[in-house]
Amino acid sequence: MTDEHRSVRTKAWGVGVTVGTYGFGFGALAVANGFSVAQAIALSLLVFTGASQFALVGVVGAGGAASGAAAALALGSRNAFYGLRLAPLLDVRGWRRLAAAQLTIDESTAVAISQRTHRLARTGFWTTGIAVFICWNAATAAGALAADQISDPKVIGLDAAVGAAFLALLWPQLTTTTTRAVAAGATVLALALTPVLPAGIPVLAAAAVALVVAWPGPHGAPTSSATPGARHE
Amino acid sequence: MSDIWWAILATAVGCYLLKAAGYFVPEAVLQRPRVTRVALLTPVALLAALTAVQVLGDGQGLVLDARAAGLAFAVGALLLRAPFLVVVVGAAIVAALLRLLAEGTAR
Repeated sequence: MTDEHRSVRTKAWGVGVTVGTYGFGFGALAVANGFSVAQAIALSLLVFTGASQFALVGVVGAGGAASGAAAALALGSRNAFYGLRLAPLLDVRGWRRLAAAQLTIDESTAVAISQRTHRLARTGFWTTGIAVFICWNAATAAGALAADQISDPKVIGLDAAVGAAFLALLWPQLTTTTTRAVAAGATVLALALTPVLPAGIPVLAAAAVALVVAWPGPHGAPTSSATPGARHE
Repeated sequence: MSDIWWAILATAVGCYLLKAAGYFVPEAVLQRPRVTRVALLTPVALLAALTAVQVLGDGQGLVLDARAAGLAFAVGALLLRAPFLVVVVGAAIVAALLRLLAEGTAR
């Protein structure tokens, strides 16, 4: 193992432990929103993509199971674009491709595409994916079990923590005028619709703001397909 | 099976298919500029709406309570580049303290 591979692995586990702290928060918030410990654990094992899981427990907690799932899927759609970028780097076939798909998330993609070579990208992807999977699931179970000991989650402010978690996930995106305008528009629309539509639907309807802003402009020809991040060895 | 289990199952299957799509769907479909723009902005709109409804929603009503104070703390913490756990736990503590205070003065 070269020094570069060792440093990629160290970085991957650092990311895994950091993401684990989100996992603890997720487990606790899921239980605070009426999910059982088993359901919180199942979500982290099977869904394994943070923002979608937070969205599902947030919306289902307010009373809309179907719209919660729809919001979770809409948030999960970005992972399709990660797979697109990773496929040429990882060059996986058969069952490995199916495993790679489950580990295709924000963090494993970020580490993989920032590597200098394809080999380092592969090490980065698999190590980060596995590290995050282990830390995220262990922390979810710990958070869910801890919250299960508390009779009223409102007493320790867990309901306020859910909103803070959504904002923390959104925050890194608010770097351009466009994303800020979309966020502001979606906020106003969701609040305006809350009194007139059933729980969960106002959140989905707010996604229309993204569609309206993104629709105009060029649409037909594919953008340049330059391989991002890593170069050939 | 309860509604929650069905929602978990549907989300799990759907999210896995989305992850796999990147490896199996032809590149040209996902690289259209319009698709890319929608994919970039949809999470922004959803997360903003989720934040607003989670903090101000109360069934079908809107209320300003301790959760809003928690969110105000979160904004400050994010501006100071605090880590995720500080943002989330801090917001919870602010809301909990406010409720404790309100209870104390009500007595």
